[in-house]
Amino acid sequence: MTTEYLLQIDNVSKEYSGNRVLKGVTINIKPGEVHGLVGENGAGKSTLMNILFGMSVIHDTGGYEGNIIIDGNIVNPKTPKESMELGIGMVHQEFMLIPGFSVTENIKLNREVTKDNLFSRILGPKMKTLDFKKMGKDGREALDKLGMSIDEWMPVAGLPVGYMQFVEIAREIDKENLKLLVFDEPTAVLAESEADRFLKIVRKLADLGIAILFISHRLDEIIEITDNITVLRDGEVVSNLATKDADVHKIAELMVGRKLEQTIIKKTRDEREKEDYILELEDLYVDMPGEKVKALNLKVHRGEILGIGGLGGQGKIGVANGIMGLYPTTGKILKNGIPLPLNQPKKALDSGLAFVTEDRRGVGLLLDDSIEHNIAISALQIKNKFLKKLANINMMNEKEIRQHALEMIKELDIRCTGPKQLTRRLSGGNQQKVCIARALTLDPDIVLVSEPTRGIDVGAKKIVLDLLVKLNKELGMTVIITSSELAELRSVSDRIAIVFEGKLEGVLAPDASDVDFGLMMAGEYGKEEVS
Amino acid sequence: MEDLKNFIDKVGYPRLIIGGFLLILCILAAVLAIPIPGLLGDILTRVGMNGILVLAMVPAIQAGAGLNFALPLGIVCGLIGALISIEFKLGGFTGFITALLVAIPLSAIAGYFYGQMLNRIKGQEMTVGTYVGFSVVSGMCIFWLLAPFRSPELIWAYGGTGLRVTVSLESTIDKVLNNFLSFSIAGVRVPTGLLAFFALCCFAVWLFGKTKSGAIMNAAGANEKFAIATGINVNQQRILGIVLSTVLAAIGIIVYSQSFGFLQLYNAPLYSAFPAVAAVLIGGASIKKATISHVIIGTFLFQALLVVSLPVINILADGSMSEVIRIIISNGIILYALTRKTGGDLT
Repeated sequence: MTTEYLLQIDNVSKEYSGNRVLKGVTINIKPGEVHGLVGENGAGKSTLMNILFGMSVIHDTGGYEGNIIIDGNIVNPKTPKESMELGIGMVHQEFMLIPGFSVTENIKLNREVTKDNLFSRILGPKMKTLDFKKMGKDGREALDKLGMSIDEWMPVAGLPVGYMQFVEIAREIDKENLKLLVFDEPTAVLAESEADRFLKIVRKLADLGIAILFISHRLDEIIEITDNITVLRDGEVVSNLATKDADVHKIAELMVGRKLEQTIIKKTRDEREKEDYILELEDLYVDMPGEKVKALNLKVHRGEILGIGGLGGQGKIGVANGIMGLYPTTGKILKNGIPLPLNQPKKALDSGLAFVTEDRRGVGLLLDDSIEHNIAISALQIKNKFLKKLANINMMNEKEIRQHALEMIKELDIRCTGPKQLTRRLSGGNQQKVCIARALTLDPDIVLVSEPTRGIDVGAKKIVLDLLVKLNKELGMTVIITSSELAELRSVSDRIAIVFEGKLEGVLAPDASDVDFGLMMAGEYGKEEVS
Repeated sequence: MEDLKNFIDKVGYPRLIIGGFLLILCILAAVLAIPIPGLLGDILTRVGMNGILVLAMVPAIQAGAGLNFALPLGIVCGLIGALISIEFKLGGFTGFITALLVAIPLSAIAGYFYGQMLNRIKGQEMTVGTYVGFSVVSGMCIFWLLAPFRSPELIWAYGGTGLRVTVSLESTIDKVLNNFLSFSIAGVRVPTGLLAFFALCCFAVWLFGKTKSGAIMNAAGANEKFAIATGINVNQQRILGIVLSTVLAAIGIIVYSQSFGFLQLYNAPLYSAFPAVAAVLIGGASIKKATISHVIIGTFLFQALLVVSLPVINILADGSMSEVIRIIISNGIILYALTRKTGGDLT
């Protein structure tokens, strides 16, 4: 085996309970190389990183096949500590910093420089005094390497976001044996000028001989900074190419790929009256953590199936949650031309919207309640359905609830032992059907469905998607589907809106080219047109 | 083995342990020839007198505020109601109903403000509730001293202001419910009125769960995020649950006192929440879920344990041992149940 490469990921495969998420992935990285890793959500990037860091989720679920080779030696780290000792460092997407500590303390966290004192001699090394002077010096050195001028004793709390990122990097390069540094979406939170500076630093680190694995959704960045690029799709390496041979188009196409068995339903709809909008979003801001929407404008035709796509964290999930008033929202929402009060879920429901949440178990269900109650409760609350009067008191009409639940169970093919079964005991797909049944019980004219097929098996996926199409076709319901799975959106939607960085990047027809989808998801589409 | 495991899962450890302990005590009681009818009569009376206090836990849990450790808040309202009815020399059912009529609005108001407070400290209801309970009891000590009651039944025998520590109900509402339609069968005295009143309260709470308000309150308590997404005003529902719980506590103490024969003032209500909490948890409730059956099963097990253990252990061991063992077991069960997410599945 040659030792030309610093890190070799050799034919690694990983299975989560029968579901292969990585299939024979091989990546080689030389010292001083910046290697880009791109792929859609769910392509297997995080799993690969978890393997590299010896995270326990990997070993708890049966380990993996293949080898991790560093400097020609098979190492296969079993714990994060092991991989740290091997010289693998990581800069996290979320900052793992302690706000109340100073920059230096954060850099030196758990690797503090200590010196002996009277107590430590008696009570052991845990009682050693911190050598603040030496720590400060090390911290300064690391910061200088990054060209950062901030005071090493400033508390981290209150630093601009960009600086926090640099402190994290400083922490990693302060480790003496650092050989490989992994960046996971490092520029996602940075402003443009900070990002530029950051990329320069990455280059500088590479010149010091550190190998860098760079994961990013921003393709222009990848092109700018990396030497080689690996594209993952569905757990497979679809391409391994030198950056000089690649361009944004090519990568976008490789990422999205033609993984769809072409089942696009031929739309026989007439040209709709263009102006008939059932829902208009103007300048919508939604403050949903991790899925912020920033100044989004979107118009929804009456009776269409609109897909909302985009990469994770870009804000697509925030759109539906904002419309329903579940997260602080500003802007303007017009339903049939009438402004919808913001931040009031009840008003949204009253106006004929229904929502199937992406957080099925957290928000979507009363897990310890029966299927029939889960289906009925929203309509009971909003529409005063299923009620009967008893001495002028609104009583639940259990008979009607039961009957309705039985109808729904039959219609949506909910596999259960009966309407009294607790929803906790249902499989993901059947839970999803219960959520949809509840939304339908509201008789909405718009149903918003977020991530309808997340975490459910293939068979159930098809049933759920078919159901949504059926509702649209037969009942004329306007359906807005938000999904991370582009293939799924393309198979059911009339139009697909792609959200990037909280804004609408563009709207595409489902049969638009892979390149267009890829570019839009990477936020490159608008830029193309300008240049 | 599989069946056994299913059985244990269904019944839940708390009920199994207490049930087992109770069974052993019953066998011992029989062996030691302790008169069984007397014990049975005692159990029935104690179930009836404590049941409503245990029932008070249910609305609070259903509304998502956890176990209502601030039970003394409702209890002092109930005591005020009873005191006022005595002050006006009302006895029998008139006195009992007057006490309720005074206590219910008072406790509803107290519950409303307590609910407002709990909405500001979500997630810590039980800790805060415990101390609210303690504080209210202590605060009321001042009230008992200063309250302008005049009836010689209520104030100290030597005159002056301030209420007695224990007020006898003998001339007023003593055992009005216990004696109502009561009868003896095979030596067991059945306090019909008391049990019927307990059953009535249980039925009312059960019926409330079947109303629109009840269903919505349950949903709000079961999953706050779900409730918000369903357009439910969660805070309002929580206040509703707390108010109901506090009102039930007020009713509960009046029923308890008439059976006991005395009103206990000052520090007496200090720990009154704990037996009620233990009982409902033993019954299989958890801090997220409680039903009427949990109340009935729990109250029965807890009170039966109390009644049977006393004579048995008094004979077998030192007199104070029974109390010690009982406290260890009931508090141990509270501790165990609080670490569980769910109780038993048997409903």
